[in-house]
Amino acid sequence: MAGLELLSDQGYRLDGRKAAELRKVQARMGVFAQADGSAYIEQGNTKALAVVYGPHEVRGSRSKTLHDRAVINCQYSMATFSTAERKRRPHGDRKSTEMSLHLKQTFEAAVLTNLYPRSQIDIYVKILQSDGGNYSACVNAATLAVVDAGIPMRDYVCACTAGFVDETPLADLCHAEESGGGTSLALALLPRGGHIALLQMDARLHQDHLETLMEAAMTACKGVSKVLDEVVRQHLQEVSALTGE
Amino acid sequence: MRDTPLSNCERDFLLKAIQETKRLDGRQTYDYRSIKISFGTDYGCCFVDLGKTRIMAQVSCELITPKENRPNEGLIFFNIELSPMASPAFEMGRQSELLVKLNRQLERCLRNSKCIDTESLCVVSGEKVWQIRVDVHLLNHDGNLMDAASIAAIAGLCHFRRPDVGIQGEEVTVYSTEERDPIPLSIYHMPICVSFSFFQQGTYLLVDPCEREERVMDGLLMIAMNKHREICSIQSSGGIMLLKDQVLRCSKIASVKVSEITELINKALENDKKARKTGGKFGFAESLPQERITALKTDVSHVEMSDVKEKANEIVQRAEVPPQTVPSPVLTAPGTGQVGEGLENSWGLEEEEEEEDETVELKMELEEGHEEKGKGDVVVISDSDSEEEDVVILNQVTTKEKASSSNQQGAVASKQQQKKKKKKKRGQ
Repeated sequence: MAGLELLSDQGYRLDGRKAAELRKVQARMGVFAQADGSAYIEQGNTKALAVVYGPHEVRGSRSKTLHDRAVINCQYSMATFSTAERKRRPHGDRKSTEMSLHLKQTFEAAVLTNLYPRSQIDIYVKILQSDGGNYSACVNAATLAVVDAGIPMRDYVCACTAGFVDETPLADLCHAEESGGGTSLALALLPRGGHIALLQMDARLHQDHLETLMEAAMTACKGVSKVLDEVVRQHLQEVSALTGE
Repeated sequence: MRDTPLSNCERDFLLKAIQETKRLDGRQTYDYRSIKISFGTDYGCCFVDLGKTRIMAQVSCELITPKENRPNEGLIFFNIELSPMASPAFEMGRQSELLVKLNRQLERCLRNSKCIDTESLCVVSGEKVWQIRVDVHLLNHDGNLMDAASIAAIAGLCHFRRPDVGIQGEEVTVYSTEERDPIPLSIYHMPICVSFSFFQQGTYLLVDPCEREERVMDGLLMIAMNKHREICSIQSSGGIMLLKDQVLRCSKIASVKVSEITELINKALENDKKARKTGGKFGFAESLPQERITALKTDVSHVEMSDVKEKANEIVQRAEVPPQTVPSPVLTAPGTGQVGEGLENSWGLEEEEEEEDETVELKMELEEGHEEKGKGDVVVISDSDSEEEDVVILNQVTTKEKASSSNQQGAVASKQQQKKKKKKKRGQ
């Protein structure tokens, strides 16, 4: 998309944010009563819904059972109305399968699966509106849902995207910035130890800029983790107020 | 058909070797296996050998209508096939996770990095564009499929020639290869994937894992770069936790490797061009190595002998002195002779002994009442579950005392001693 200035001279982006500014994050936990854990998150215009069932006995093929830890089963799907053009195949295509694999890998690293041998934890994520940062919104929503379900994790898993325009790293890309052809890096981080659970980058970036880009993404993730922590504490206060503690 | 699972000893062996920075085939941690690139008779057909991993890529093209939102650009389509020919673990027709992962990674590495000029593939804007199709087939699986696939794909694309097209007003004529020479694709840069495998929660790192190493690894980091030191794609897979400096270090190693591999591809393309010009032989049949035995000797293979002497000395010193043999036979009873004492039974029959002891102990407690009537020192229990026909209990007094004081462990221990004494007696 030529002619669309991703970063103006005064340092403002398309939606008026500064380079390192995150979009507004709003989240709710315990959205569904039926599921063991659920959460809804809005990052700017990207809306994601996550639901967790488990830990329960392995359904389907028993051969998937692991004797020493839990199996994590993730499914990522996008609602057909989530993108500008109606999506014909919400799940089962290659991109969704790849996203599901990435989610599974991220949470296998973070959840203490060795506490639940021979069981299965299901994580279902749905994108209701897609405006860039799909993977990050999914991971953040799934983290809150897993916390809501009471499944122990090593740390919050926070994800954020980062891009690189005019030698400046941008944090938390929107759709126009992602598809503009510039670099986009998606990072899932466990903030306390600085461990990277997933790192994914597309499009060309010179090797020397990699460090600055990763730093920007990690700072953005730490910002997101603070917000998630706030949300969890607030939810806990609400719930304990209702039960009269 | 499922793959044979990796045995625990093999896994431990591999992990231990990696801890000592030793690899199965003697490579260093950052070494690639030998890469061999050859081309087929058609333009766009490329074979890559990475050690024993063998991959074939074929590039083809056809004219189609473009996408509506991009009327000026051609399309590129990638497809990787894992045929059962490559490994017994692959099944035809089933879209496994590995397949999706490889396909997506190849797409991201080559398409998102815009290595091919898609606008040059446009013939008539909005109506006809070229669709380039890259089919990658795996012929033999010995680890590190992603690297070999990316090398094969990019070499195939560099080698490919598309038919020339003439436009006269509204008419589009596609000239065949005989009429006009085909045109190569315009390729901006060559992205090459380098795979790093992590072991022991990220402590050890290997470049270009072979199939065995892939089975024991914790996770994989794939970095695609071109020789201008631009990173085209990074993807971490498997449940590993990386640190930022690990990723940066890997990218530095990758840039070195990529420049070497790009050199290799260019050289192979040059050779092929020369061979076609001079009319030399080229193609798949030529690329297979001639495995005729021409001499009665093999190459010198290096065996690491650096610390063999010390290790051998250690083993010799730690070895026990063999027991002295009894020279003359001992006559224990008329008709029997014995030489030597025999060793203690080391088949781990202690569990059986304990079981036997427990059954014997129960009976013991039942019979304790009877014993005091004075049955004598030797009690024969004929209906216990032990395999020995007659269970003879010696030293009745000590066991009674210990059993009555309900010190089970003591009782069991003393019974074990008795069993051993019995066995020795039997041995004699």
